[in-house]
Amino acid sequence: MTTSRYDPVPKHNAMHTGSALLTNDVGLHARPSVKLTQLAKRFGAHIEFARATTGPWVDAKSPVKVMRFKATKGETLHFRARGSDAAEALAAIVSLVERGFATEPERTSQLPQG
Amino acid sequence: MEKRFAGRSAAPGLALGALFPIANGTGTRVASGAAESEAEALRSALSAALSDLSALIERSTEDAAAILEFQVALLEDDVLAEPAHAAIAAGSAADQAWLQALQQEIAGYETSDDEYFRARAADLYDIRDRVLAHLTGSATETAVPAGAIVAAVDLAPSRFLAIDWSRGGALVLTAGSTTSHVAMLARSRGIPAIVGLGVDVDELSGLALVDAHRGVLIVNPGPAARVQFERDAETAATARTLATAAAMKPAVTADGTTIRIVLNIADPRELSDLDPAICDGIGLVRTEFLFHNQQGLPDEEQQYSTYRRIVEWAHDRPVTIRTLDAGGDKPIPGLTPTGESNPFLGVRGLRLSLAQPDVFRTQLRALARAAMHGNVKIMLPMVTHPRELAIARSMLDAEIAALTAAGIPARRASLGIMIEVPAAAIAADQFDAEFFSIGSNDLTQYVAAAGRDIGAVADLADPTQPAMLRLLRYVVNAARAQHIDVSLCGDAGGDARAIPLLLGAGLRTLSMAPALVGNAKLAIAAVDLRSVMESEPWPT
Repeated sequence: MTTSRYDPVPKHNAMHTGSALLTNDVGLHARPSVKLTQLAKRFGAHIEFARATTGPWVDAKSPVKVMRFKATKGETLHFRARGSDAAEALAAIVSLVERGFATEPERTSQLPQG
Repeated sequence: MEKRFAGRSAAPGLALGALFPIANGTGTRVASGAAESEAEALRSALSAALSDLSALIERSTEDAAAILEFQVALLEDDVLAEPAHAAIAAGSAADQAWLQALQQEIAGYETSDDEYFRARAADLYDIRDRVLAHLTGSATETAVPAGAIVAAVDLAPSRFLAIDWSRGGALVLTAGSTTSHVAMLARSRGIPAIVGLGVDVDELSGLALVDAHRGVLIVNPGPAARVQFERDAETAATARTLATAAAMKPAVTADGTTIRIVLNIADPRELSDLDPAICDGIGLVRTEFLFHNQQGLPDEEQQYSTYRRIVEWAHDRPVTIRTLDAGGDKPIPGLTPTGESNPFLGVRGLRLSLAQPDVFRTQLRALARAAMHGNVKIMLPMVTHPRELAIARSMLDAEIAALTAAGIPARRASLGIMIEVPAAAIAADQFDAEFFSIGSNDLTQYVAAAGRDIGAVADLADPTQPAMLRLLRYVVNAARAQHIDVSLCGDAGGDARAIPLLLGAGLRTLSMAPALVGNAKLAIAAVDLRSVMESEPWPT
């Protein structure tokens, strides 16, 4: 058996979920999309996001699909991830979105979020 | 057998070399008919486009690189080409499949409610064309040997810039216009160019002499033509040595009057090998290149980073950036009106900007942000009535207020106008502008009712005819009365024969292509203002 005693279900089946509000001005625009997909690709987990917990779900590792999704400021993104590093992946991605995709050079003068 | 062809000189100079004909625009591709080889063609075009982009990123500034990295991310994503591969499997040719897949993708961006997403369509167009160029085999600029005489029907500015001109060469176009973007680039780089040769490109092969002073191309020149060329080349080389030395010195007349020399720039890449010490700033940045290089409109970030690069090149020297001057002979598909019976009298320059306020506001914002990095002056083209200036000023002030409110650094650059419509010249004293710049090309053709491009009346389009000198004197006096700067930025400004008359009309700042600076400074040194007849003011 490969399951750890801390996980009630086998890891490859574990579905982790989370959500984050898009606060940066331009939404999931070119540079944020690139950052999101680059981060997602660092994890082995299968990561998807959607506008509602019922889907439709979009592959967070595909910049083309992320751009087709056209998420704008003020929308809440729901994430789900499955795989051995799903929990870390989800935490990292939610944090990236909540930070407003971190360093936006021209917009550093805005008030801190939260 | 020696053959002579006559065209119009678009950029002066002499060249001897091998003709290198290049195909125009996107070439055509012969489909293999087999799905597997079409799919392979698409895959290799995609990977070639990716290596182009990586090479571009290497030489780009940080801002530009970020834009390109987005394109890389899309190209690396297999999802982008999925519909094209599906179409190929169903029997489509690779180029058609790619074109249709990208049209679909682009439509998704262009129909967005969000302007940020709409603006990204430009990147998709760029990706589409880059891959298409590899599929159709037209992406072969690097194959042009250095020093070649490039022959084509017409040439896109981006292709001109992709050619290595470091070892000279020349450009000969069978069609084309002396006022086209590529002609301006050739003048500015000092590459001899002839346009309107009116022959088949296929006839242009072998060794050739280009005499772009006279607008003559000699293919397979005989001994007499070669001897004449050697003599002309020697004279030109001596003159060039003098001009190169003069370019680095200040422009001073024989009587000791200092003349300010500023540059006309059509593309920021012109500045890459240029020493800012040859000039007192930039008198005209044509911003049309931003709107031509890709088929979508440039967004605020793209414009800002481009303007900023130019301003930083100039250090603290003033940089006059002209807002979009499209229309007339510079149409932009999707932006300028089509079907105007006389585009030169239609919606062009500031008229177009006021008719497309969103496009104009984006440009004003980018300019106000770039003004944080140096001495930016914003120049409005084709101003006719004082109220147009008032509208533009209030739009600029509103955008600066909005930027400031959003915490984005911006500065109110000085706002001036081109004097190129006779109405603006005649009523120059009525314009509350912060500077004037006389656009002598358009002003001449509107005053003389004669187009420079129409051979039969080109002589009438003389920027130094009596009516023009009288108008110039009047505009200079109006500027002095208002204590504002006035300069001249048409072709006459860099023309050694016109310079004494322009100085006689009272002008003390001339704007010209970088390649003309040396000769212009020599011409200025030969002028003694004590003996130059000042042109007569307006009779009262």
